[in-house]
Amino acid sequence: MTWSLVFEQLLNGLQYGVMLFLMAAGLTLVLGIMNLVNLAHGSLYMVGAYLAVAGMEATGSYAAGVALGFAGTLVVGMVMELLALRPLYGRDHLDQVLVTFGLILFFNELIAILWGRGSLYTSLPAWLQGYVELFTGSRYPVYRLVVLAVGLVVALLLWYVVTRTRLGMLIRAGATNRTMVAALGINIRLLYTVVFGFGAALAGLAGLMAGPMYAVQPGMGELILIQVFVVIVIGGIGSIRGALVGAVIVGVVDTLGRAFLRPLLATVISAPAAEAAGPALASMLIYLLMAVVLSVKPAGLFQSR
Amino acid sequence: MTRGALFWLVVAIALAALPPIAGALGQPFYIDLVRRMMILAIAATSLNLILGYGGMVSFGHAAYLGLGAYAVGILGVYGVTSGWAQWPVAIGACALAAAAIGAVSIRTSGIYFIMITLAFAQMLYYLGISLEVFGGDDGMRLKSRSTFSGLLDLGNAVSFYYLCLALMLVAIYVTYRIVNSRFGMVLRATKSNEARSRAIGFSPYRYRLTAFVIAGAMCGLAGALYANHTNYITPGLASWVQSGDLMFMVILGGMASTAGPMLGAFALLIAEEILKGWTEHWQVILGPLLVLSVIFFKRGLAGIFHA
Amino acid sequence: MLEVRGLTKSYGALRASDGIEFDVREGETHAVIGPNGAGKTTFISQLAGDLRPDAGRIVFAGEDVTQLRAPRRARKGLARSFQITSVYNEFSALDNVALAVQARAGHSFRFWRDARQDAALREPARRLLDQLGLGARADVLAANLSHGEHRQLEVAMALALEPRLLLLDEPMAGMGVEESQRMIGFLGTLKGRYSIVLVEHDMDAVFRLADRISVLVYGRVIATGAPEAIRASPQVRAAYLGEEA
Repeated sequence: MTWSLVFEQLLNGLQYGVMLFLMAAGLTLVLGIMNLVNLAHGSLYMVGAYLAVAGMEATGSYAAGVALGFAGTLVVGMVMELLALRPLYGRDHLDQVLVTFGLILFFNELIAILWGRGSLYTSLPAWLQGYVELFTGSRYPVYRLVVLAVGLVVALLLWYVVTRTRLGMLIRAGATNRTMVAALGINIRLLYTVVFGFGAALAGLAGLMAGPMYAVQPGMGELILIQVFVVIVIGGIGSIRGALVGAVIVGVVDTLGRAFLRPLLATVISAPAAEAAGPALASMLIYLLMAVVLSVKPAGLFQSR
Repeated sequence: MTRGALFWLVVAIALAALPPIAGALGQPFYIDLVRRMMILAIAATSLNLILGYGGMVSFGHAAYLGLGAYAVGILGVYGVTSGWAQWPVAIGACALAAAAIGAVSIRTSGIYFIMITLAFAQMLYYLGISLEVFGGDDGMRLKSRSTFSGLLDLGNAVSFYYLCLALMLVAIYVTYRIVNSRFGMVLRATKSNEARSRAIGFSPYRYRLTAFVIAGAMCGLAGALYANHTNYITPGLASWVQSGDLMFMVILGGMASTAGPMLGAFALLIAEEILKGWTEHWQVILGPLLVLSVIFFKRGLAGIFHA
Repeated sequence: MLEVRGLTKSYGALRASDGIEFDVREGETHAVIGPNGAGKTTFISQLAGDLRPDAGRIVFAGEDVTQLRAPRRARKGLARSFQITSVYNEFSALDNVALAVQARAGHSFRFWRDARQDAALREPARRLLDQLGLGARADVLAANLSHGEHRQLEVAMALALEPRLLLLDEPMAGMGVEESQRMIGFLGTLKGRYSIVLVEHDMDAVFRLADRISVLVYGRVIATGAPEAIRASPQVRAAYLGEEA
């Protein structure tokens, strides 16, 4: 366990955190402003990944794949909102959970019909392959650094939009008091569609960036979605700042835990015991963290209401 | 005889008559199928207590199904195969887990509660996957089915079927008594109007937590039964998909009704069987069907029977 | 019975309660009146335990209850009725009152006996409904009761707690003349047996029932005294311009 290894894992954690943030930002806004539990958010992530792969295979161009992934997910998201989610505004959360659960089953199976159940292979263009030398002397994949950079740029853009533009002001107002915003005569329908589209696009972006790193297969969305829930619960519903803080915390804790908990444990208990307990504890770490945060702040770190 | 009592008499007789009929028709498959439906009906009944009557949208209830099954499986690995020991441990472990999870979760409400219960269930799921010694992702076969000092052979499909039938009817009856007792009234009142309940002196937290623990324990029993039914345990039992299925059974059958969970479980599993017969991609049909049923068919099947 | 000292509650720049001094003697009916927006609802909510004050103390029967929340205050004998009817709509009127009786009876961790067959709950509930004139409507779903019957149900549930102090928040809100007269008559029978804080707009009721009246304007109590003194006070008249006084 060297310092360069720790730093490397820290970078991995930040990069994973950034992915979580992309998913969490959209979801927390949808939850906060539209009071809509959308379990199918993970499906949008999956759609982004698959469309990107399809685009690349069809045209041979990475850029085309990215464009298709991003724009395609935006379109799918808006169609989803129009057809399946509009009837759910104002209905209780149980109904929303059940309907979006049904959507997940539908999307997962649709993807399986179109592309099969196995993992898809995604290739990277030459300029994204390869490694970069860190100041610690070890090598780190270029692609992961790019992902990290993209995520930070998006975070900055979001910060700008939310704090400096009129749209952002509406979003913040909607997150704290949606009835008031409607009463002020703002076109709520349009605001909802825009917010939802935002979220869908971000999820698609996360998905298409995830392709080369994680397995592209049906059901991939739900694996990350539940961690995104943990992020939002820790950060507070409706708060983008909370989503960022929560995402970084969860990403770093999860990654470092998986990498170092077993060796750390092995220094205090026997190696075979650490072998069994390490991964088990590591997988539970972020949920325990969530439980701790909740017992102190039941509405998350940055409560918007 | 009241309408309700007549309904249950018919149900009991019909279900009791199934094994001999299926045997005579040479279709033992149905004994297995209906047995599975009854076991999941127990799980759905337990969820109905907190969801239908208590208004607590717990999206992680399948965790107790998994935990109960693993309790049986793990004890079996260490040589404890007697059901007299395994099943109380399964129930007790689930009660404890529900107490721990509930203690944290029930302080929250609304969207938070849904996400948190889901997250904790997923935690147990990942825990199951990471335990390589018990099969990890693939799960493992039971060393042997639970034994009951020779009184009952769970390997005999028909005896096991009747045990499940009996336990299902007991679970439904116990839930019925709880729901109409003083405790049940507080639970239902808190769901109906929390501000009013607080104003007359009920502290919602303690009643909800108790209901949560009872529901978890009952589901643990279903888990133990399930492990014996499939003779196999897998982390998938605790997955969110399973939790969602349980919720659908409760809704389809009719929330806050006695027969609802059983009807919902039967309906959902029958629908699955039929769809599976048509195509391997049956979920692409089931998904939208569930969506439509929620949007249009809120009162559930029990509304038809007024049960 | 009740002592309120320096009760303060602000919402940002708005002082909903501004250092309120208030007390209720045992057996007294103390009415609270004031124009809309005076902060009466905020005041009642803090007394009931639904809102935490920013500053100040609430002492009930000699005990400082400021930090206690609503369920515990209710169990100590502080019962309230809601201004906007808040009952169990899916349950019958009898069920509603029986639940209040049940809350009074101690813990409810009984899991087997049918609560609806429990005479210890049903009998007192029926008696209360009869007293309020709702006896014939006992088995009607609360959702199907008329507005006036809802107000009566609110009072019945508060009484079912066998309270020492009643917080009645506009019990006659929205009632017609005849119903109001009946309710005033009924509340009159409670005088002396319970300590009552009565928030009301109906001046007829206030002057017939109150032993003392406090006038709340912009979160402050501007006057407290016997009904005649309040009626004659120029300060109160000025604050109430446009209202009946």
